[in-house]
Amino acid sequence: MTAKVVTITSGKGGVGKTTAVANIGVALASQGSKVVCIDGDIGLRNLDVIMGLENRIVYDLVDVVEGRCRLRQAMIKDKRHNELYLIPAAQTRDKSAVSPQDMIRLADELRPEFDWILIDSPAGIERGFRNAVAPADLILIVTNPEVSAVRDADRIIGLIEAEEKGPAKLLVNRFKPEMVRRGDMLATADILDVLAIELIGVVPEDEIVLVASNRGSPAVLEERSKAGKAFRNIARRLAGEQVPFEVYEARDGFFGRLSRLVRPGEG
Amino acid sequence: MSFFGNWMGGQRRSARAAKERLQLVLIHDRADLSPGKLEALKDDLIAVLSRHVEIDRRSVQVTLTSDRDQQRLVADIPLAPARVRRRESLT
Repeated sequence: MTAKVVTITSGKGGVGKTTAVANIGVALASQGSKVVCIDGDIGLRNLDVIMGLENRIVYDLVDVVEGRCRLRQAMIKDKRHNELYLIPAAQTRDKSAVSPQDMIRLADELRPEFDWILIDSPAGIERGFRNAVAPADLILIVTNPEVSAVRDADRIIGLIEAEEKGPAKLLVNRFKPEMVRRGDMLATADILDVLAIELIGVVPEDEIVLVASNRGSPAVLEERSKAGKAFRNIARRLAGEQVPFEVYEARDGFFGRLSRLVRPGEG
Repeated sequence: MSFFGNWMGGQRRSARAAKERLQLVLIHDRADLSPGKLEALKDDLIAVLSRHVEIDRRSVQVTLTSDRDQQRLVADIPLAPARVRRRESLT
């Protein structure tokens, strides 16, 4: 087994990186792969709560790097999937506690035992970001359909190209099909046109994502969640399957248009 | 256009406005040349060129353009009208 290392990053904070890592990790594990998720956000760890594993942490990433424990001891097994693990970030240290070389060594040690290593990058373009992308075989850039998030994604694409880590793929999160139909939100095609990057998936805004994070059980586990389905499809695409992109922007039918004409405010 | 039409038109423009603003800001980001720096560059360009030829300073335009992998600085520098130049060369 030789794992593929996938780093999820964004530049801008709050676009859904951690949620994406948890959901893609669970989706890959559900498909039968061996997966380890690494929280690279040292000082602001959150992947543990999104995955619902916060009560099981004993050792963390910095403990491993500084030799206070063996790698195995810092790996927390998921509640539902036997082949899914989390390596949590330290909460009381900062990004300088780990170097890009540490991350490469860590990934190399994990590679033989897993199919996938997912790394949750912190926001920003500084040390934490450089740590997270150092061992990456593939980088996924998460963005939202808004000017500031797409601008930051462009900056990240430039930095990744400069480090010769590309080509990255784009994950458009918090997409609202109804706003796009109305002409009030950037369409996926517009974002791809501006960034000139390949798409890995579009995840629609979905209240179930928040409900799931409240409970510490990612939305992919909810059969009826649209976001969950989009994350499952992203996992399948990562694994090399040809999965058609969900069409959220298609023009709706006569009644949809009629109802918007009658009640434009709710359209 | 009716109020309703205007309202709908206004709504339609927000995504388009987002794309246009995004394209403009990315052109400057990618070139690491802010609108302010571009303005300074234009002033320097005018100063240098004026030493060699009389130009119509107020009509000079310096813009950044961008397609997928090539960025371009485009300068449109109209010369001062011929009669102005002739008159000035006499003085």
